[in-house]
Amino acid sequence: MPTVRITIMLKPGVLDAPGQAVLQGLRALGYEVEGVRMGKVVELAVPEPMRGRLDEMCRRFLANPLIETWRIEDLEAVR
Amino acid sequence: MSGRTTWGVVTFPGSNCDRDCQHVLRAILGQTVVEVWHENRSLDGIDALVLPGGFSYGDYLRSGAVAATAPVMGAVRAFAASGRPVLGICNGFQVLTEAGLLPGALVRNRGLRFRCAAAWVRVESTETPFTAGLRAGQIMQMPIAHGDGAYLAAPEAIAALDAQRRVVFRYCDRSGREVPAANPNGSLAHIAGIASPAGNVVGLMPHPERASELLLGSTDGRALFESAVTWMLGRRAPAAGGVR
Repeated sequence: MPTVRITIMLKPGVLDAPGQAVLQGLRALGYEVEGVRMGKVVELAVPEPMRGRLDEMCRRFLANPLIETWRIEDLEAVR
Repeated sequence: MSGRTTWGVVTFPGSNCDRDCQHVLRAILGQTVVEVWHENRSLDGIDALVLPGGFSYGDYLRSGAVAATAPVMGAVRAFAASGRPVLGICNGFQVLTEAGLLPGALVRNRGLRFRCAAAWVRVESTETPFTAGLRAGQIMQMPIAHGDGAYLAAPEAIAALDAQRRVVFRYCDRSGREVPAANPNGSLAHIAGIASPAGNVVGLMPHPERASELLLGSTDGRALFESAVTWMLGRRAPAAGGVR
């Protein structure tokens, strides 16, 4: 079954608390990192006819359009 | 209180304030309580509904997001559309926003910390069942306990909330001032609670059920439940001089 990977990120203006915490940790270890954004990765095994509905799934459930953006990738193509 | 109404308290996997709400409604207010499991598809016989606090589905995906897809939510939508009172407390508020029954979103607290503290809020609107018995401008003390409590909405949504007087509570200090230090989580415009366009659906982050007995330090929260009971009984009674 084809697999897709969905990457969900908080929009730029929204406070990314995990990203901030990881940024502090990296700096504490001496790495000069200027910014960290943490997101979510969801991999789905979907039958072919469902592929056209991935964006709808993101909009309705997997992401919150008010605060998040998403990117859908075909994992077969990535590999 | 004299007069009885029937309250449904919904339990999702991970709800943890459902018992507290049942206790306040049953033992303190003398109301009838129906325990509503998240798989129920009917809310027949219920006058008012509470979506309680907790960490439904472990807050997986986003707080309230998975609960918003639970089987009971179809009935909750119909219940809300019928105009009967619905109160979402903390995680219940998050569920209502994720379900689209209230606008906006509750995101990670500014300052990154889970906040467990006493908070003060000012009553901004008395045009809901839960605040009809309160005074506009009244200051109330209720506890907060949340990690994702910063209220966020698009500017036009905030403008609509203001224009339609649907901001129900704002965080303030104990004398009612909106000073920055009184905003515990970075909520836009100090918003602690809002209502639906019809006013019958209310969501708030503070916990009124944890402020309903003197033993717990405040009884301010009890007034929200009492207000809704009075509101419902008032609607049930035939209008003076009316014919039935």
